[in-house]
Amino acid sequence: MSSKAKKMIRLGGILVSGVFVLYGVVRGEAGIVLNKAVNICFECIGLG
Amino acid sequence: MKHSIKRKLVQVAAFGYSNPYLMNFKGGKLYQGKWKQFCNPGLNCYSCPAAAFACPIGALQAVNGSANFKLSFYVVGILLAFGVLLGRAVCGWLCPFGLLQELIHKIPSPKLKLKKAFLYLKYVVLVVFVIVLPIAVTDYMGMGKPAFCQYICPAGTLEGGVPLLLSHQALRQTIGSLFTLKVAILIGTVIGCVLVYRFFCKALCPLGAIYGLLNKISIYGLKVDEHKCINCGKCRQICRMEVDPVRATDSAECIRCGECAKACPEGAICVGFAAEGRKSERQPL
Repeated sequence: MSSKAKKMIRLGGILVSGVFVLYGVVRGEAGIVLNKAVNICFECIGLG
Repeated sequence: MKHSIKRKLVQVAAFGYSNPYLMNFKGGKLYQGKWKQFCNPGLNCYSCPAAAFACPIGALQAVNGSANFKLSFYVVGILLAFGVLLGRAVCGWLCPFGLLQELIHKIPSPKLKLKKAFLYLKYVVLVVFVIVLPIAVTDYMGMGKPAFCQYICPAGTLEGGVPLLLSHQALRQTIGSLFTLKVAILIGTVIGCVLVYRFFCKALCPLGAIYGLLNKISIYGLKVDEHKCINCGKCRQICRMEVDPVRATDSAECIRCGECAKACPEGAICVGFAAEGRKSERQPL
């Protein structure tokens, strides 16, 4: 892969990641993550 | 400062910022602040009492398995950002479970190499347990379960399960066959890590699989100066991830630890941000 192609893919990747994160926050995914993370995850600890 | 010590200090610092709430171990409570909506770059169970951030693999399954959404743009975006920026340097420098594996590997024992076929197992784990099962296997409300956390993740058993069960008698009374399975996987992983350097990273970690795929384009990378390289093979010999940096600079297994660059007698290997655009700053040994 050429250096220029790599740079373009990186730039695209960073832009896409930013858009994805913003879109996810807007539609309430961060809240789902927070809700899951602040309570004991019974599956994670082997009880679920 | 010696490179290996510098890396270890960064790993300890990453372990520290990932798990600052050590006092929570005493009461078996979880940190419940807003920071937990953000994902840790490395594997660190959010049910660990000391954890400050969400586990990215747990978060991905939680949103993918929720009733409303079947793809988490939020978590995929975070993983893509970390991956494009750092690739598997996250594994080598920032992952708390990676540090634990390296410490376990210091236990004296015969040291083995992993057969190449096992390296592909983590991609199967990623596709089947992290992506397909939480989306496809749902209950009557349309919610899926985090299959990787439930059936495999030894980090969850070690960091979350053991301390929470030790501090909650009520939880201990609910122990069943699933917990037995998870403890067996944890014991197997520990034995694997004693014998094989970063056994879990190499064979099972779905996060390592994601970052490994992004190693090819990550800004933090590895470059070999072909004009300086004398093909002595020292970089290949010292690599504990069993990568040949000269032949595969973008290998999905390379955790960018930089040991190869330090071992190169010609200073031909450069590891760092935008490595392909830089010349090695090191002089020949």
